[in-house]
Amino acid sequence: MSDSIEKKPAKIVLRELQNKIAEEAWEAKKRGEKVGWCASNFPQEITTAMGIPVVYPENMGAAVGAKGGGQRMCEYAEGMGYSGDLCSYSRINFAYADLKKCEEMEIPFPDFLLCCNNICNCMIKWYENLALEMNIPLLLIDIPHLDERTCDEDRIRYIRAQFDDCIRQLEEITGKKMDLEKLKSVMEVSQRSSRAWLRAVGYMASTPSPFSGFDIFNNMAVANVGRGTIEAAEAFEQLADEYEALAAKGESTFKGEEKYRILFEGIACWAHLKYTYKALQTRGINLTATIYGPAFSFLYGNLDELMAAYAYVPNSNCFERELELRVNDALKNKVDGAIFHMNRSCKHWSGNLYEMERRFREQTGLPTIVFDGDQSDPRCFSEAQYETRVEALVEIMEENKKKEVKA
Amino acid sequence: MADVYTMGIDIGSTASKCLILKNGTDISGYAVIGAGTGTSGPKRSVEQALSNAGITINEISGITATGYGRNTFSEADWIVSELSCHAIGIHAVFPDVRTLIDIGGQDAKAIRVSTTGKLENFVMNDKCAAGTGRFLDVMARVLELDVSELAERDAMAENVVNISSTCTVFAESEVISQLSNNVNICDLVAGIHRSVAVRTAGLAKRLGIVEPVAMSGGVALNSGAARALERELGIPVRIPPLPQINGAYGAAIYAWEHRKQER
Repeated sequence: MSDSIEKKPAKIVLRELQNKIAEEAWEAKKRGEKVGWCASNFPQEITTAMGIPVVYPENMGAAVGAKGGGQRMCEYAEGMGYSGDLCSYSRINFAYADLKKCEEMEIPFPDFLLCCNNICNCMIKWYENLALEMNIPLLLIDIPHLDERTCDEDRIRYIRAQFDDCIRQLEEITGKKMDLEKLKSVMEVSQRSSRAWLRAVGYMASTPSPFSGFDIFNNMAVANVGRGTIEAAEAFEQLADEYEALAAKGESTFKGEEKYRILFEGIACWAHLKYTYKALQTRGINLTATIYGPAFSFLYGNLDELMAAYAYVPNSNCFERELELRVNDALKNKVDGAIFHMNRSCKHWSGNLYEMERRFREQTGLPTIVFDGDQSDPRCFSEAQYETRVEALVEIMEENKKKEVKA
Repeated sequence: MADVYTMGIDIGSTASKCLILKNGTDISGYAVIGAGTGTSGPKRSVEQALSNAGITINEISGITATGYGRNTFSEADWIVSELSCHAIGIHAVFPDVRTLIDIGGQDAKAIRVSTTGKLENFVMNDKCAAGTGRFLDVMARVLELDVSELAERDAMAENVVNISSTCTVFAESEVISQLSNNVNICDLVAGIHRSVAVRTAGLAKRLGIVEPVAMSGGVALNSGAARALERELGIPVRIPPLPQINGAYGAAIYAWEHRKQER
C-alpha cells in the first residue's frame, strides 16, 4: 500500500492526539505527578516546557455540552446554589468538582489551578472558588483588558513579571524545573502549530471553502490543549495540506453546494451543534469566517512578544480592534451575511454583541441575525427561533445575490 | 380570463391567520382563529377563509405558509419566513413604509423594508417574553380584562403607572401589588402599554429607524399600545386596516407573484 492510502486524515490524527493528551494527564496523575486545571488561554508554553500535565475544564464543559450532559450538570450546580446566570462551563465544572464523576467526560482532579483572565474575567472567581473548595493553590496571570489597539511596554512588563513568578511557583509546587532551552523550543513548536492552524483555517477564503466551517469547532481542541507539541504541529500541517489540495481542485468537504457564506460570531452552541449546523447546511450555508477557532494561535518573535500575544486574544482586545478583526475576516472570506450567537454564558461576548452586530452591519452592509443560545446549557436555545432567523437571513442573502447578478 | 386565487396562511404561536387573494390585489376572504401551531387553528382558519371568500380549496392556485408553524402545513407550495411576508404585506398597503414593527404572540420584530417591498434587515426580541403579545395576555388576565378592552381603559388613564420590571413574571407581581394598593386600573393598563412600547422601541432603534414607520401584528389592534409606541418613538406610526393578517396578506401576494412568474 502506498503512504497516501495508509495516511489517516488529519481530523482523525487530531482527534487521536486530543485523546492521547488527555490520557497522558491521567497517566501522570496515576504516577503521582502534580496535575493542574488550566484556563484555555493560559500560556501553555510554560507547562509544556516544564513537562507539567494540565487539563482544561473549558474543553470538558464543551465536550459535556456536546454529548448531552450539559443540562444535568448545570442543574446539579444550580442545586448546589450556583446561579443559572453563571457560565455553563463553570457550572459543569462545579458540578464535576462536587460529584467527582461525569458520564460524558472526566478529567483528573487537580493539585493546582492555572488561571488566565485574557479570555474571561469571571473565570477568576470560578477558579478562586475551586481553590477554596479544594484547598489547592491558584496561580493567576492577570492580563489587563486592552483599552488601546496595542499592548504597550508597561503591560508587557506587568505580564512578564507574572509569567516569571508563575514559573517560580510551579517549580515549587511540582518540583519540576524550567529549562530555558526547552522553553525556546516549545515556543518554536507552538508557533509552528499556530502558523499551520492559521494556514488551514485561511483556506476558508477560497471559493468554495474546502471544508465545512463547523469542522473548526471540532479541530480546534488540539490548538488549544496541545499546540506546543511536535505531533500537533505535524497534524495541523497535514490538515492545512489537505485543505490546500482540496482548494486547488475546487473541492470541499462541505456537503452540498456552498450557496451562501457566513461569519459565525461566538462560541458554538455545543448542546445543539448538530441542529445549528444542519439548519445552515441544508440551506447551502457554509461557515467561512469565525474569530473563535483561529483565536487559539499565537505568533511572536521573543518572550516579550509572547506576553503581548496573550494580551491580543479576542476577549482581551479593545472593541475597535475586535470589530476590525471581524470586518476584515468577513471581507477577506467573502461572506454574504453573519450569524451572531448571543451566548448567555459569556458575559463579555454577549455584553457587547448587539453593538458588535450593529457596527459590523454598518461597516460591511451585510445582513446579520442574532440568536439566543448558550455554549453548553441547552435550555437557552429554541430551534424554532433559530430556524426563523436563519430562513429570513437566507431570503435576504438570496435577494442580495439577485441584485448582484442584475448589477 | 378566469380569476386566480392565492392563499397565505400565517400560523403563529397563538393564532392562525388565513387570507385569500383574488388576482393578486383583492382580498376575497380572511379568517383569524385564536389557536396557533399544533392546534386545529390552521385548518379552521383555512376553512373559514374559504367560506368567507365563497370558494373551495380546489380553486386556490398557490399557497404560501409562513409563521412559526409554516413547516407543518403540508399543503403549502412555498414556505417563507414571516419576516419576508410582513415586508411584502406592509409594502402592498403602504408602499413608502421603510420600517415595520410587528408584535406577535411570542415575539416582536423590527423589520427594514426595501423600497421594492423586500426584507432588507431585521432584529427580533431575545429569549424574554417582555414586549410581546403574550406579555399583554398575562397582564390582561391579572386585571380581569379581555385584551380587547385594554385600549379603551388606556384611553381613560390619567397618571400612567411605571411598570419597572421587564420580566413578565416580575411585572405580573408588580401589577398585582399595584392592584392591592388600589391603583386605578386604567393607569395600570397605560403603564403596561408603555412597558411594551419601551421594549419595542428599543428593538426598533437597534435596527435603526427609517421613516415612515408602520406597525402590524395582533397588538397593533390595541390603539393604546400603538399610541404608547408612537410616544416612545416620537414619530407617527401607521397601522394597516388589517394588522393581524399582514403576514398572511404578504404570503398570499408571494404566492400570486410566484404563480405569475410560472405562467
